[in-house]
Amino acid sequence: MIGISVGVSAGYLGSLMVLKKMALVGDALSHVALPGLALGILFNFNPFFGAFAFLFASAVIIWHLGRVTKLPFETIVGAMFTVALAVGILLIPEPDLLEALFGDITKVTILETVVAVVISVMAVLLTKMIYRKLVLGMISEELAISKGIDVSRTNLLYLVLVSLVVAVGIKIVGTLLVGFLVIVPAAAAKNVSADLSKYAVLSASFGTVSTCSGILFSSYLNLPTGPLVVFSGIIVFLATVLVKWKAE
Amino acid sequence: MCTGTMENNDDYVLNVSNLSVKLQNQTILDNVSFKLKRGTALAVLGPNGAGKTILFRALLNLVPYTGKIEWAEKVKIGYVPQNIAVDDIPISVKEFLSYKNHVNVESSLSPVRLSNKNVADKTLGVLSGGQLRRVLIAWALTDNPNVLLFDEPTTGVDHDTEEPIFATLSELKEKNKITILLITHDVHIVREYSDYLLALDGGVKFFGESKEIMNPSIQRIIYGETVCAGAPDENR
Repeated sequence: MIGISVGVSAGYLGSLMVLKKMALVGDALSHVALPGLALGILFNFNPFFGAFAFLFASAVIIWHLGRVTKLPFETIVGAMFTVALAVGILLIPEPDLLEALFGDITKVTILETVVAVVISVMAVLLTKMIYRKLVLGMISEELAISKGIDVSRTNLLYLVLVSLVVAVGIKIVGTLLVGFLVIVPAAAAKNVSADLSKYAVLSASFGTVSTCSGILFSSYLNLPTGPLVVFSGIIVFLATVLVKWKAE
Repeated sequence: MCTGTMENNDDYVLNVSNLSVKLQNQTILDNVSFKLKRGTALAVLGPNGAGKTILFRALLNLVPYTGKIEWAEKVKIGYVPQNIAVDDIPISVKEFLSYKNHVNVESSLSPVRLSNKNVADKTLGVLSGGQLRRVLIAWALTDNPNVLLFDEPTTGVDHDTEEPIFATLSELKEKNKITILLITHDVHIVREYSDYLLALDGGVKFFGESKEIMNPSIQRIIYGETVCAGAPDENR
């Protein structure tokens, strides 16, 4: 259940990340969760919620700094994620560090699953509502604003939703690999899509295939989930490269 | 910065007074003032860096400015930007046009002489420069705006296509009383398709009737003393 939720939401939201040429923002953003995870472990509350809080706050700070400094999101996220990584690694006790970095689906509780599903559904529905606005803002900010779209606020909402989805994904594949889920399914979908609606649907589907098959292989082979999710996704990506290559 | 609506002045759709724009400590527009009558076409002319696009951005409230921009009440603006980023976005023409509600793709494309069959399913990134401009114009027209802002509407469009586009704009202006503001470098377009001319070079060099562009003394004001009478390149 959590695999499907994370796969669909990361793939769907990631489709916009790739179009916005912010693929590495999703990756770097995941590392910002580390201090939150650390606080959860140190003060004995669910680290999952610590990660949520830190990612949410980071999204707002990144958005605000972007508006004030006019620096690209990638630059701001790049600065923030290295600081967060350093703080997180210093604070997280060593035995828990591996789980924080690479995730562990076997330790997911029922509460965490429910929260993950609710957040994923909400993130997909809200993103669907603002998808056109975001795309129009990417094509031309002037066009979007002339159509009455508040590009800045729409970007903030999107950034917050990405943060939430990244927090959910951390539980399965960890902070180091969750960026994969927002980048590779979308990149695979882009290889084989001629229009935007097909692209978004395929990106969500490829995300689901990657997480679900990764989880299945992981339980069958008794190996860590994160790397197997990555390998499953890469196989999907390579398949789309072949399809594109043949089509050309 | 003051954006407002004009009161009790039915003749005018736009009143710009003492508009100045500074970006990164550089003055781009300085003390620009002009008024535009409803249902007329204004051509904005000037060299690169004269502040033409910034003027449009200010009119759309996209850049900070000082001075006053007053639009008439119930103004609905359609806008065609000079550049858009579509190379990496797999969005089809049909999808792009459908971003405006209740759009019939075929009827949107016909005024700009594009065939639904040929381009509707193509992605914007694979269109030729001319096709893309026409799709953008179709986009701007679909909302039935009463004011159109065109930032070099025929960039990348061949001459054969240019005339029908401007003919369509003229028709819209006459029939629907649409007010048109367009940025152009083409003196022929100024003369044939606009009623008023605003020549910019940071500030206003000339504002008046477009036919004045053929007047040698006005040409000297617009193009400087070194340009001889009748010298403006008509680009055709």
